[in-house]
Amino acid sequence: MGQPDHDECLEAVHRLYHFLDGELTSEKRLEISRHLDSCHPCLEAFDFEADLRHMLAAKCRDHVPESLRDRVAWALRHEREVDQHR
Amino acid sequence: MADKATFADQAMEFMPALYTAALRMTRNPAEAEDLVQETYLKAYRAFGSFEQGTNLKAWLYKILTNTFINAYRSRRRRPEQTEIEDVEDLYLYRRLGGLEAATAGRSAEEEVLDHFTDTDVKEALESLPESFRMTVLLADVEGFSYREIADIMDIPIGTVMSRLHRGRRALQKALLEFGMERGLVGDRD
Repeated sequence: MGQPDHDECLEAVHRLYHFLDGELTSEKRLEISRHLDSCHPCLEAFDFEADLRHMLAAKCRDHVPESLRDRVAWALRHEREVDQHR
Repeated sequence: MADKATFADQAMEFMPALYTAALRMTRNPAEAEDLVQETYLKAYRAFGSFEQGTNLKAWLYKILTNTFINAYRSRRRRPEQTEIEDVEDLYLYRRLGGLEAATAGRSAEEEVLDHFTDTDVKEALESLPESFRMTVLLADVEGFSYREIADIMDIPIGTVMSRLHRGRRALQKALLEFGMERGLVGDRD
């Protein structure tokens, strides 16, 4: 990617998401891994995308309100009671 | 066939994940709570048809998604936006100067990521059109595979991939905008 017209770099960036998603064949995966071993700019870009992914997963969580847990638990108990009296 | 008596024991642990998804979908805490409760009730009633040993979390997400589409989306006046502006690969990384300054060790671009708050990330995700938002959430926040997402959303796997591809880039664009507004990132254009 230092040389953006480098075919191997273009190919790696093109497959970046499939690579990070673990959705490549082992053969393709190995091919990209080999490229990353030898191409520092691509490795940095892949690392950034992987970090971004971790950040999204970590910063997109919400705390379940206790009242919601109680409501659902109560509703499910009620459903079971109805079931048992059928 | 799953035993309904064991439903609560098996399913309650997924509530944080389901509630997070419900919040991103509805963008409204009261609606998100109703959506989660409805999902659990429907799941309980249908639990007899759940195949024990298959992915319970994915099964619950499918019910959540269907319930949302049927009950909540139809209430909305505006039709769903399906087009988003497309931007190039590595959009955020390029804007943060990553390509020019690929140095060894943890780079400045990665440091910037630490400064985004939970609110930035949630709002950036919520700014995406619904179908893109859902797909990106299922993949990047929940870690479902393409096959599982296709199944949950009832769309072809090719559609999952194209939505992910475009949705992720649009998310990067939204994040960059938040970053610039908050002065985390300088305007490089």
